[in-house]
Amino acid sequence: MRTTITVNGEARSMDLDTRTTLLDALREHLRLTGSKKGCDHGQCGACTVLVNGTRINACLSLAVMHDGDEVTTIEGVGAVDGLHPMQVAFLTEDAFQCGYCTPGQICSALGMLREVADNWPSQETQDLTGPVRLTNDELRERMSGNICRCSAYPQIVAAIRSIAGEPA
Amino acid sequence: MTSVLEWEATSNPVKENRAGIIGKAVDRYEGPLKVTGTAPYAYEVTPPSPAAYGVMVSATIARGRIAAIDAAAAEASPGVLLVWSHENVPEQGPRPPLYDFFTPFPRPALQSDRVYFFGQQVAVVVADTLENAQAGADLVKVTYEADSQAVDFHAHRHEATEPDSPPEFQLGNREMGDFAAGFAAAPVRIDDVWRTPLQNHCQMEPCAATAWWEGDHLTVHCSVQTVRRNQIALAATLQIPPENVRVLTRYVGGGFGGKSAFYEDTVLASLAARALGRPVKVAFSRQQMMHGTIHRPATEQRVRLGATPDGRLTALSLMTTTHCDRRGFFTEFSSLFVRNLYAAPNRLTGHSVVKLDLPVAGALRAPGEASGTLSLEVAMDELAEKLGIDPVELRIRNEPEADPETGKPFSIRQLVRCMREGAQLFGWDKRNPKPGQVRDGRWMVGLGMAAAIRGNILFPASASFTVDADGVITVRQGMTDIGTGAYTVLAQIAAETLGVPLGDVRVEIGDSELPPAPGSGGQFGAASAGSAALAAGMNLRKAIAELASNDPASPLFGGPAGQVTFQDGVVAIANRSERLADLVRRAAPDGLTAMGEVSPAADSGDWSSHTYGAHYVEVGVDTVTGEVRTRRMLGVFAAGRIINRKTARSQLTGGMIWGVSSALTEGNLVDPRYGSLINQDLAGYMVPVQADIGEVEAIMLDEVDDKANPMGIKGVGELGISGAGAAVANAIYNACGARVRDYPITPDKILAALG
Repeated sequence: MRTTITVNGEARSMDLDTRTTLLDALREHLRLTGSKKGCDHGQCGACTVLVNGTRINACLSLAVMHDGDEVTTIEGVGAVDGLHPMQVAFLTEDAFQCGYCTPGQICSALGMLREVADNWPSQETQDLTGPVRLTNDELRERMSGNICRCSAYPQIVAAIRSIAGEPA
Repeated sequence: MTSVLEWEATSNPVKENRAGIIGKAVDRYEGPLKVTGTAPYAYEVTPPSPAAYGVMVSATIARGRIAAIDAAAAEASPGVLLVWSHENVPEQGPRPPLYDFFTPFPRPALQSDRVYFFGQQVAVVVADTLENAQAGADLVKVTYEADSQAVDFHAHRHEATEPDSPPEFQLGNREMGDFAAGFAAAPVRIDDVWRTPLQNHCQMEPCAATAWWEGDHLTVHCSVQTVRRNQIALAATLQIPPENVRVLTRYVGGGFGGKSAFYEDTVLASLAARALGRPVKVAFSRQQMMHGTIHRPATEQRVRLGATPDGRLTALSLMTTTHCDRRGFFTEFSSLFVRNLYAAPNRLTGHSVVKLDLPVAGALRAPGEASGTLSLEVAMDELAEKLGIDPVELRIRNEPEADPETGKPFSIRQLVRCMREGAQLFGWDKRNPKPGQVRDGRWMVGLGMAAAIRGNILFPASASFTVDADGVITVRQGMTDIGTGAYTVLAQIAAETLGVPLGDVRVEIGDSELPPAPGSGGQFGAASAGSAALAAGMNLRKAIAELASNDPASPLFGGPAGQVTFQDGVVAIANRSERLADLVRRAAPDGLTAMGEVSPAADSGDWSSHTYGAHYVEVGVDTVTGEVRTRRMLGVFAAGRIINRKTARSQLTGGMIWGVSSALTEGNLVDPRYGSLINQDLAGYMVPVQADIGEVEAIMLDEVDDKANPMGIKGVGELGISGAGAAVANAIYNACGARVRDYPITPDKILAALG
C-alpha cells in the first residue's frame, strides 16, 4: 500500500505491506535504525518516536496508518556533528550504557517536556487543572514507559533536568 | 612468567598518570553514535545486498519429541524462501553430550527431534520480508509427543546432588574446623532458609545476527559478549575453519552474562545465508529471549550462623541448592563468596544441583554473589539484632586478617573502610535499631545495610597499537563493550600511555580479526583487556623511541631511546623534542604497529584479591498496601584504581538498581504444567522503571591494587549488585518488622508477614 510519511522533514513514499509496523517501516524500509526494537509489544519504549510532535511506541502502530503524518526519529533530533542539547545532556550525564534504549529515551524526553508544557496531567499530578510542575516524581512517572536495563535512571533524570531546569 | 611482585614494583604511564587522563570522568567514546542512534547493532548493519529475514519457531513442551512437522502451509506462504526443522537443517558439528560455558564447542541448531525445554528453537522460516517470515512461522505446525517432565524446583530439590562441574570450580562441600560441633556449641544461633527465584537478563537488545558469505568466508554480526570464543564455536558448528569465520560485535545492547555465547539466531542466519546465497538476519523475540537463552536459576539457601554474645562468629555456613538443565552443569555458586568474607573457625559451604526440564541455566550478573548475599547478608542483620549489636559493628568484629579459608594475604581489603565511610555519609547513626519506629505519613521508613564482595580475575589478552602519520593512535582488540565503557577506558589508557590527547585516539573492537581478548563478563574486562592495551602501548613507545633515536632527521637522533618521554603529542629527550606526528610522517609514513599481551602472573594465586563495598538503603513501606519504595541508596566501593569515574559510577549504580529489583520485583514463575515461564515479557517480568528508583549514589574509594595486574585496577560491573538487595531487605525489616525470606519481597508477602 502506497504510503507517504514525512520523516525528519523529508517526504518518504513507500509501498508497504499493511502488516508493517511504523517501527519496521523506519528500520527496514528507510534504514533509520536509531529507533530500536526491544520488545515489539509496547512494553519497553525503545521504539519511541514523535508523531506530529507526540511520543508514541512505533512498534504498536501500523505504518499505513501514518500516511501524511510527520514523524521525528532520533536521526531527526540531531546528528553527531550537530547534537541536540538533550543528546549532549545524555552524553554529559552518562545517561546510558549499552545505548540501546537511548534513542527512545531521548525522543520520549522531548515528547514528555512538550506534554508538560501543554499541562497534560499524569498520575503524579496533584492539581489536574493547573499548570504542571515537573517535580522529580513527575519526571520519573512520565519517563517510566522507557525501560533502561543498564539502569541509568538517575543519570537520565539528571540529563532531562539539565534541559528542563528545576521545578518552578 | 611474570610475578605479581614485578607488577607491584614496576611503574608505568597509567600509574604515573602525568596527563591526568586516568581516573577522569570522560564521556563515552562511542557516546555520540549512541545518542544519535547511529551505532549499528547486530540486526542493523548494512549487508552487501538486501537481507532475507528469519523467524524462529519455539517448542511448546518441556520434554519429549517432535512427532511431526507440517511445513507445507509455511512453504507455500507468500515470500517464504525456506523452512527448516531437524528434518532438513544442514549438518552441523555435534554438541558434546555434557557441555559447559567455558570451552568453545559446537552449538548446532534444530539438531534432533528431542525437546529439552519449553522454548527450545525447533524450526526457522526465512522469507523476503519480516512480515512474510513471521506469517510463515505462524503456519508451521509442530506435533509433539510429550514425556513426563520435572520442572518444579521446590518439588524436586530433595533430589539434588553434588555438582558435576570440574573439580577446579570447587563447588562441592568444603568444611573447616568442625561446623556441626561449632554450631551446636554456639550460644547465639541463626538458622534460616532463603529462596531466590529464577531470573532473566532482559537485555534491551534481543539477540540477533546478520550473516553473509563471500565464497567460503562467513561474516556475521551478532550480539555477543566475547569474540574469539564465538568465532571458534561458530566455526566448529558450521564445520569450517575458524579463519573462514569473521565474528563482529561492535555494539551490544546489554549482556549481563546472557550473551557470552551465541544462540540459534547466529547459526541459522549463517546457514540460511549460505543456502540462499544472500544475507540473512534472524532475531529473537522478547518472549524467545526469556526461554531460549539462559537465566539465573532459582536457589534455596540455608544459612547457619553461630556466635558468641560479643558478636564473634564461631560457626558459619551457607549451603545452596539450585537447578540446571538436564544437559548442563552450570551451578549458581551462591556459597562461594562466603569462603572469603568473614572470619569464623568452623565453616561449611557447598552446593547441590537438581537437573530439571527447564531452559538452560547460566551466568547472570554476579553469579553467586548476587543471589548468595541475599541470604547471608540478611542473616548477619538477623544476628546483629539478636545480639543487640549494630550491623556494621558486627561485620567489623568478624573482619578477617587474612583470607579466612586459605590463609592467603589480601592483595588489599578495604571493606571496613567502605562500611565506616558509608555509615557516616548516609547518616547510619540516626537509625533506630527497633523496627517500625519511624513514620512518614502512610509510610513506615527504615534503613538497612549490607556488605558487598565480588572477585577479581585476569584473563590472557592481547592488543595492537598503531600510530599513523597524523600522530593518531589506533587501539585494535577483539574486545567488546556491552555498555561497560570498554571503548572509553581503552582510549584513556592509550592516550595516557602514548602522551596524546584523547581526541587523537581511535578504538576498534568487536571483531575476530583483531588481537584476541576475553571479552566482557565476570567484571574482568577492563583489567584483562586494559592490561594488554597497556602492554601494547609500552611496546609502541619503545618502537617510537627507537625510531626517533635512529632517525638522523630527528632532533632526538642519537639520544638514548630509553629516555624518550611522551607528552602532549610530543616526543622528547630532555630539551630535544618534536611532534609525534612529524616523526612518524617522516620516518615511518605507513605508521608503526606494536602488539602487547598480558597473562595471569605465576604467583597471582598467592593472594586473595577481591572488590568490596558497603550498601546503605532507606526504604518506605506502605502501611496499607505493603508496597516498598527505595528512597535513597548509597554504595561505597573499593575496586582498585578507577580508570573512568563516570562510566565506573554508572556501572555501580546500575548494579545497585539491579539489587533493588532482585529484592523487590524480579523473578520468573515456572508454570508446572508446561515448564514455561509464566511472565515471559517486559510487562510481566518486573525490571525496574524510572518511577521505582529514587536517589542512588556510588562512591569509589581511592585504592590501588598493585597485585591485581600491571595497572592496579579491578572491575566494577558486578560489585554494585552484590549485597544491594540484602540491604533493601534489611531496610524493609527495619521499616516495618517484616522478615521475608522468599524473594522477591512483594507486597502480599510483607502484609502476610505483618499479620
